[in-house]
Amino acid sequence: MRAVVTVIGKDKTGIISKVSTFLAERQVNILDISQTILEEYFAMIMLVDLSGATQKLADLAEECKLMGEKIGMSVHVQHEDIFKAMHSV
Amino acid sequence: MFNYKNVLSTIEMVEREHLDIRTVTMGISLLPCIRATGEATAQAVYDAVCKKAENIVKVSEALSKEYGIPIVNKRVSVTPVSLICAAFPEKAILTGKALDKAAKTLGIDFLGGYSALVHKGTADYEKTFLKSIPEVLSVTEKLCSSVNVGSSKSGINMDAVKLMGQVVKSTAAATADRDGFGCAKLVVFCNAVEDNPFMAGAFHGVGESDTVINVGVSGPGVVQHAIEAVPDADLAEIAETVKRTAFKITRAGQLIAKEAAKRLNASFGIVDLSLAPTPARGDSVAQILEAIGLESVGTHGTTACLAMLNDAVKKGGVMASSQVGGLSGAFIPVSEDIGMIEAAERGDINLDKLEAMTAVCSVGLDMIAIPGETSAETISAIIADEAAIGMINNKTTAVRVIPVPGKGVGEQVNFGGLLGRAPIMPVHEKSSGKFVARGGLIPAPIHSNKN
Repeated sequence: MRAVVTVIGKDKTGIISKVSTFLAERQVNILDISQTILEEYFAMIMLVDLSGATQKLADLAEECKLMGEKIGMSVHVQHEDIFKAMHSV
Repeated sequence: MFNYKNVLSTIEMVEREHLDIRTVTMGISLLPCIRATGEATAQAVYDAVCKKAENIVKVSEALSKEYGIPIVNKRVSVTPVSLICAAFPEKAILTGKALDKAAKTLGIDFLGGYSALVHKGTADYEKTFLKSIPEVLSVTEKLCSSVNVGSSKSGINMDAVKLMGQVVKSTAAATADRDGFGCAKLVVFCNAVEDNPFMAGAFHGVGESDTVINVGVSGPGVVQHAIEAVPDADLAEIAETVKRTAFKITRAGQLIAKEAAKRLNASFGIVDLSLAPTPARGDSVAQILEAIGLESVGTHGTTACLAMLNDAVKKGGVMASSQVGGLSGAFIPVSEDIGMIEAAERGDINLDKLEAMTAVCSVGLDMIAIPGETSAETISAIIADEAAIGMINNKTTAVRVIPVPGKGVGEQVNFGGLLGRAPIMPVHEKSSGKFVARGGLIPAPIHSNKN
């Protein structure tokens, strides 16, 4: 199963490192990553594979949200289908 | 890979614009639960509902986390109880209580289906059943009731309309300690639909299969935001914007509905496209109309804006879902919509304008507080007017008014949560008594004769 991780917040050093380490510890494989700065805001979108993950998607989403709060970022993990459904015909 | 704009727009819709799935509603057939006695039937109903819906809360919460879209309510709708208890209508209250108990056991928000379909005539067992509604609604919390008193095909059963005026009054009296709260759980319909996921009017039609998942989406804030992003657009462009937005919202609903049905071992029923507001600011249908260009909802132009909005929502939504049903339109409940509440407080909207609005949108006069001293005949006449609009226009209409005991115009009632607060609105004072007392059937319109 694949999911989309989004990380949004004020830019600072080490965000990618913290998020990717957090995911790696849970055996979440990053398939694609793209990151940009919109005005002074950091925005990163990752496509990840959960087939080997130690957590279920719902639990991972919850943990990532808490981890995001700790580093002052808004972190979401959502099933990729929600974006496919909403933005393609 | 996904593009930034799309991914971020979905997240913004949820975080700032109140996009949510308003309800995942499981429809359950109670026909196999009919037993020889009222007591045995009530027990069979309790067991069946608890068994079939045992995972609805768990599954909905998991889906909500996985897809990142809040699912606000989990609900169950059942076969109209008047049918299940036809042989012992005086015991229907036992089934009502059993359903309420099941709702509490399951941890769901509402359970609908303490209902009767009397659009052509009222059988004796149905009369007994209808008279049990006030008591049932006063001793239950999560149970909702609805009664269909008319249809485009059959006309309007004015005897039932007359009786329902009294039932509404009695329900208010029976729940007087809670400002007539029982009436917030009671809807009187014309052209009721069998697959509606929204309360208080949800029931599981007899033409449905045994377990079905129907989903209601919600997204007035998303639509409002999209309209505000095109400030100079003409109305054709606004309609296009609404269509595109409705498409996205509905696709989210379709995805959740399909997945929920799969995990709950039920058939996928329908997605209801209704724009359902909440009392939160920025989650209001009235504010959409104001974003289009009205100083206040209720002023001249409101009906036209609402007609356009309602139609555009359907056009966008129909393409997004494989099966659309339920009520599917814009809801205009007064107490559940902050824009409506404020317009009513300012005196910018009244019952007559709301009635006109119901001719072009779903569903009807909804969550409107009226003076406690309003007579049963006047409430019946309000129901008759609304049923006539539905009957002639081949659409669902409904009345959910609360005659608040001991309160009058200028006062307010607060039901809390999604049900919100409502200023008490005036009704016409001249009597409709003789018209209502005549009873009988208003015949179906000529255009119903299509065979």
